Formats: sequence, C-alpha cells, structure tokens
Amino acid sequence: MNKKDLVIIGGGSAGLASAISAYDEGVKDILLIERNAELGGILNQCIHPGFGLHHFNEELTGPEYAHRYIEELKRRNIEYLLNTQVTSISKDKIVTFMNENGIQKLECKAIIFATGCNERTRGQILTPGYRPKGIYTAGLAQKYMNIDGRLVGKNIYILGSGDIGLIMARRMTLEGAKVIGVSEIMPYSNGLKRNIAQCLDDFNIPLRLSNTVTKIFGKDKLEAIELSDVDKNLKPIPGSEKIVKCDTLLLSVGLYPFNAMLKNAGCKVNLETKGSLVDQNLETTIEGIFSTGNVLHVHDLVDFVSEESERAGKNAARYILNKRGKSLNTLNVKHSENVSYVLPTIIKVYENNEPIIFSFRVKKPIKKTTICIKNSAKILLNMKKMNLLPAEMIKITAKDLDLKNSDDLVLEVKEDE
Amino acid sequence: MNQNKIYDVIIIGGGVIGTAIARYLMRFDVKVLLLERHNDVGEEASGANSGIVHSGYDPKPGTKKAKFNVLGNKMMPEVAKELDLNFKQIGSLTLSFSEEDDKTLLDLKKRAEENGVDVKLLSKGEVFKIEPNLSKEIHGALLAPSAGIVSPFGLTVNLMENAMDNGAELLLNHEVIEIEKISEFCRVFCGNGAFFDAKTVVDAAGALADKVQEMIEKPSFSITPRKGEYFVLDHFNNDFIKHTIFMCPTKVGKGVLISQTTSGNYLVGPSNDSCDVDDVSTDALTLEDIKKTALKICPNLPFNETIREFSGVRPNSNVDDFVIEESKNFNGLFIVGGISSPGLASAIAIGDYVSKLIRDKLSLKDNLNYNPNIRKHISLSKIGKEKYNELIKKNPSYGKLICRCEKVSEGEIVDSIHRNCGAHTIKGVKKRIRPGFGKCQGTFCEAEVLKILARELKLPLEEICYSELGTNILLKAQKGAENE
Repeated sequence: MNKKDLVIIGGGSAGLASAISAYDEGVKDILLIERNAELGGILNQCIHPGFGLHHFNEELTGPEYAHRYIEELKRRNIEYLLNTQVTSISKDKIVTFMNENGIQKLECKAIIFATGCNERTRGQILTPGYRPKGIYTAGLAQKYMNIDGRLVGKNIYILGSGDIGLIMARRMTLEGAKVIGVSEIMPYSNGLKRNIAQCLDDFNIPLRLSNTVTKIFGKDKLEAIELSDVDKNLKPIPGSEKIVKCDTLLLSVGLYPFNAMLKNAGCKVNLETKGSLVDQNLETTIEGIFSTGNVLHVHDLVDFVSEESERAGKNAARYILNKRGKSLNTLNVKHSENVSYVLPTIIKVYENNEPIIFSFRVKKPIKKTTICIKNSAKILLNMKKMNLLPAEMIKITAKDLDLKNSDDLVLEVKEDE
Repeated sequence: MNQNKIYDVIIIGGGVIGTAIARYLMRFDVKVLLLERHNDVGEEASGANSGIVHSGYDPKPGTKKAKFNVLGNKMMPEVAKELDLNFKQIGSLTLSFSEEDDKTLLDLKKRAEENGVDVKLLSKGEVFKIEPNLSKEIHGALLAPSAGIVSPFGLTVNLMENAMDNGAELLLNHEVIEIEKISEFCRVFCGNGAFFDAKTVVDAAGALADKVQEMIEKPSFSITPRKGEYFVLDHFNNDFIKHTIFMCPTKVGKGVLISQTTSGNYLVGPSNDSCDVDDVSTDALTLEDIKKTALKICPNLPFNETIREFSGVRPNSNVDDFVIEESKNFNGLFIVGGISSPGLASAIAIGDYVSKLIRDKLSLKDNLNYNPNIRKHISLSKIGKEKYNELIKKNPSYGKLICRCEKVSEGEIVDSIHRNCGAHTIKGVKKRIRPGFGKCQGTFCEAEVLKILARELKLPLEEICYSELGTNILLKAQKGAENE
C-alpha cells in the first residue's frame, strides 16, 4: 500500500490552511484531496466581498481569499488531487479514495479532515405542504447564480436569516429578481450584523422576526407560501397566517458539519456541534486524526477557519514529527447552560502548555457578560464582554493557565446587570 | 405518433400495475402502448408508498388481495433477479400491545395459514432477542419471514424498461381524456390532441381508474383516495430495526410501520386520512401524530435523523378488494383498479394474470424473442473494488463520484439516462439511482446532475426540469453569460 505522512481531506479554506502550516512546521510528504475540479471549496461561489478583514487586514472576495492560499500551496509544491472523492477512512488511518484513475488506498501517519459543512434542508425543518420545484437551499441557489450564471426564479422569499440567505437576498436583487422578504423564526437575526445592514436594509427588504413558513402551495411548481408568527416556544400562532405568492423559496436555516465519515471511522461525536470531539490540538478521539473548519463546528468567518486550520496543520505536523510531549493529564471542558457549545471539550495537559483557544457560542443574545473559565477550586480566567450574539462565534485565548493539578474546567458566561 | 397503427393493447397509467401488465404482455407477440399523464412513470402511489412486499398473512382469505399478494411475494425473488432489483426478505413483525392485540395476532395466524403464508408467533423475549430497540410494552409479535422490501420506483421503472426492451412503447405527458368505440377498435384520445387505436384497453389509472372507466361506461367502483404521510430517516444504523415493524391492523388499515428501505434509510408512517385524488401535501399535526405512534413502538427512534417527509395517495375503492375484471358492456376493456395495499406486493402477479387474460382474448402467440432480464446496473457496492477498478479504466466517468451521500458516480447517472424508460429529469435520476436521496437532499449534487442531463440529452441547461414539464429549474442565462 502507498504511504503518506499526512493526508488532508478537503481543499477549501480549512484544508488549504492546514496543508500550508503543516508544511511550514516540517512535514513535506503531504497529499491534499479535493472532490471538485478546483481548489478553494465554497469560497469559489462566494463572490461577494467581506473575507479576510481579520486575517489579511483587507476586504477580499471569496475567490480572492482562496487564491492567496492556493498560491501559497503551489509555491510549496504541496501535492494535491482534484476530482477525487474520499470514500472512507479507517481508525488505523487508511484513506480510500476514488477518481478517474480508479480506487486507491493510502496508509498515512496523520489525517486532517476538513470537508466543511452541509446546509440544513426542508426535510430537517419539517415544513409541511406540497413538495414542488422552487425550494432550494441558499447555497445551491448561490452555486447556480455565481458558478453557472443562472437565476432559479424571479419572485423570491427567504426563510432563515443565516448569512448565505442574506447574501443571496442582495445578489438576486442585483440580478433583477424581486426578493419579497426574509422570515426568521427566532426573535433575533441569525446573520452577521453587517449582512443585515448591507444585504437587507440597503435594499429595503423586510426582515420578519418570530415568523416562519408554515405551508407550501403548488403541486409541481411553487406558487405561494403561508407565513405565520410564532410564540415563545416557536409554535405557529393560529390566526397570524399570511399568504405570500412567490416562485422560489430559499432556505437559510443553518449549517451542520458533514462529519459522517469521521463518525464511521470511530471518532466520537460532539452532540452539540455534530462535529467530532476534539482536544485543544484539534485531534479527535482517534490519535493522529484531526478535524478542523466547518466539519468540526460551523464558523461565521472564513478568517477563523483559517486560523483554526493553521493550528490543526501545525499540531498534525508536530504529532508526525514526534515533537509533542507526553500529556500528563486529560481534562474535560464543560459550559454553563446559556452556552450552546464550547471547543475544545478535552484538554491534554503538557509540561509546557501553549495558549489554549476556546471557541463558543451563546444560546441567546446577551448584552453584558462576564466570561470565566474555572475549575472546582478557583477561577482561572475572567473577562468582560459586550453584546454576545448566537450568530457570532466567540474566541478567547487563554495563556498560562495553570492546569497541572486542575480538575475539569467549566466555561461560564454570567449575565451582568 | 403513428395514427394508422392499431395496437393490440393500450395501457392507461404508468404506475407499477400498468408497467407490470406491459412487461408481462411482452411475453406474447403483441403491440403495446402505455400512456402516462406525468413526465415519468411511477409518479403517483407507485412512487410514494412503504416499499413493502407483504407476506400476505393479512388479506381476507379467498379475496383477490390474498391471492395476488401471496403469489406476488412468491414471484418476487425471481423477478428481482431478472429486473436487477435489490429485494431484501427482511421479514415482518406485527406487534401486540394488549390482550386484544394478542387475540388479533391469533386470528392473523389463522388467516396466514389459510392464505398459505408461513408465520410464527413470538414471545416478548423472542422479539427482543431479534429487535432489542422495540418498546418494552409489547406482549409479543407475529413473524412473517417472507415479507420483504424493494424500491417501489425501481420496480416500476425496471418493469417499464424491460417492457420497452421487448418492444413496448411508452408515451409520457399523454393524459387520456376520452375513449370511443370505433367499429371493432377502441380509440383513445389524449389531452394534447393525439389519439390512438387499439383492440383492447387496460385501465390501470390508479387513483383515477374510476374516472377512466367513466369515459366509457358507468364505473363498477369508485375511488375513495386516502393519504399516507411518512418520515424518511437517514441511514444512520443498519441494525437499529432489522424487520418491517407493523402494529396490529384495524379496519382502516395497517397503521404506522417502521421499516428500512433497500438503501438502509428508515421509513416511518403512513397516516391514513381521506383526501383529494391529487393531494400529496404533508400536514404538521398528522406528522406529529405519526411521530407519537412510532415512538410508542420504538421509544428511541432518532427523529433527529429525519431528512424528508412525503405523502402518497392510496387508490382505495368502495369495493373491499382489488377490482380486476373485463368490462361486461364494453368489449376489450379491462379494469384494474382500487389497487391499494398490498398493491406493490401484488403488482407482478396482477401483471402476469391480466396479460394472460388479454392473451386469451386476442389469441396471442408467444414472443419467441422475449428476454425477461434487463441490462445489469453497475455500482461499486454490487461488483466490488477490483472489477470496479477495471470498469473505471474502460470508462473513467465511473470514477467520478457525483453524489457523495449515496455514492453515485457520473457513469451510473449517464447510464440511467440512456436506458429504455431512461431518466430525463432531476427527479427521474434521483428515483432511479438515488443522487439527491441522501442527507444533503441534492444540495451538493443537483447542479452536477443537471449539467450531466443537459449534456447527455443535448439540451440547454434551462430546459432541464425537476419533474413535470414546466418545472424548469434555471431561467435563461443573464446577459453576458450566453457563451458559457
């Protein structure tokens, strides 16, 4: 069987960044596998600006952002395969993949899994009614628009205020379609603040909060939808129904990690993120298999995907090169009730610990908070933060945590008056 | 359109019954035309049901339902081989939850014996040994080992493909609106202006079978459509429930079932409510009820694995049995209607039987060139890695995976387009070989499938439809994008 030191699965933002950083850390025998005909992943269809503000300090489009990484990858002569689908990985780190040259297996020292996420579909949110043509996830409509140059309809309604939906509201308006409105079942938006302003407000597209689609009309082709307001428990309020005629319904109702292959390999799943359980090295519960980017947990900004993936690449390289010390202890990380998830959930304690980056989201908007990380004995870190939103992932870097004799950690978000 | 040609048989309706009759007719030297009002075969009840090949323990002994169900089940292993279908005889368990149910199971066992179906009563302990995830509340179950599952679209499509391989003709988008007797022939008029002559006509119009009969004579039955709604769960675990699980049947039907499909998904449903003939909408409260019932049967059924909901319309009738008869008033008209459950299980036996009625009527000779086998479908899971690698060498498109959820290659998609009764819509490809049926529901592969369809059918992208005519997915190119 052919061998490789490191195989990276997925050639989008996560895979590219981890390949480059693993190379720079000293691992040269790398293969990056991409299923599409081009590197760059979903960035290729995100032709709007807004990428790179954190990472490059300038505003780039998706393809521009990807291009910078692709150039770096090529400059290092890192090997990659296009049009190649990984069909399985095993717990002993054998990667099986298929392309037009056949099915092959590779034995590797480490794997970085960076396959991104899926959009939630109509079936998952249980929208009743008929099942006509004309209902698409926002990302599929975006692919048709930006890759194939085609609109999928002219009178558009959007369910969900996720960022892709907001971006598509603007994009389809600019292409001559009428975007009638956006409904969001939660009492607050699920997109970035800047996208609400730039994609809806600037085009006078109404956003209905606490409102959802409760019926689909049209047997073969979408003809209309029924909107209803929802109560505190997100149940439709009878009597609030409103019929809106449209030929297209875009769904922007959330993303989830496309993690099935890691689950099948035996990596334990984080039930809150639907990605894998990882420690601060981004290593899953199988030694040498790492997970990063949107397949680990869904990010809002590609800049954060790149940052995380650089860590994954570096840590995978250190693992391969035996540069990692033996861990002295393993801790679990838990969180308070108002937090929807925190990463990492496992911390390996070493003789010399690098700073640990915690990522988390809150369940509902909170104006003023104190965030602390503590164990049963004491508070290890304490910081104030304003305006936490579920739509915005929060990252905190914890330096010099004294973990040698620590028990499990809790991340607590306290609501301040 | 050959207006001068006189067909021996025109079949109205391309559901599993119409296509089965077409397939079995081709054993004889016969000219057959099948008229279907939709843009594909299997678009109504045949494409939206539980996919169960019932064992036949349940229908009242002596009825057509009992006869054709038991026969259809016995024929299925052989037919599945001929039609290259995955028929899995996983067996069914009918559960008892009360003393009353216990009595019902005893009655069903007696029925099964009268119908000639092997069954076995299992104690609670025996049931848990084979299905540990069922509710602890159950008393016991009736096991019917011969029950199985098959893809209902696969069966319908492959029956038609085989019929066409042997010379049958299929016209889609031809809705019959009128039938007239012209001397010794029947003239069948379609909504698009076309008409066709035949010596015999088979009414296999499903939920509209009574309406078709009414074009000629007073219908001998009336359809009382009943809707069944379902959940589809992802293939999360092949061992979670291994048998088809039924509740004790009542007067209105078989109740909610839980069953794997041949692709390892789980189906949960159906409901059973009266509806309009073409009402395939789903309803939030109905789905909620199904969920509640299913959780009583199987408390840990993971509804968070739901990927889709759908509904289908049962062509129930006011006759408590299938209607399979030659019209007494109108020479050459055969009525095959009211084929509700166990219709899928009975379809091939009905096809066999009706084709013989027509053979006798028209004194048809045997077709010496009849080939019961369709060309085999190729997939990695069927032929294994080594053979598949050889195939990729010959045809690299088999190495290009288009659907990553269901692992379908470009080569398989192209093949599904170029067969007889081939796919020409997004839904058609999905029904035949599954891209779009997986967890992502086509989010990733639909755009690729659309391009393959356009390329293979030599059509512009905007002419590719989702399902029916007029369901084009893309608008014409914007200015500046014409020369892609």
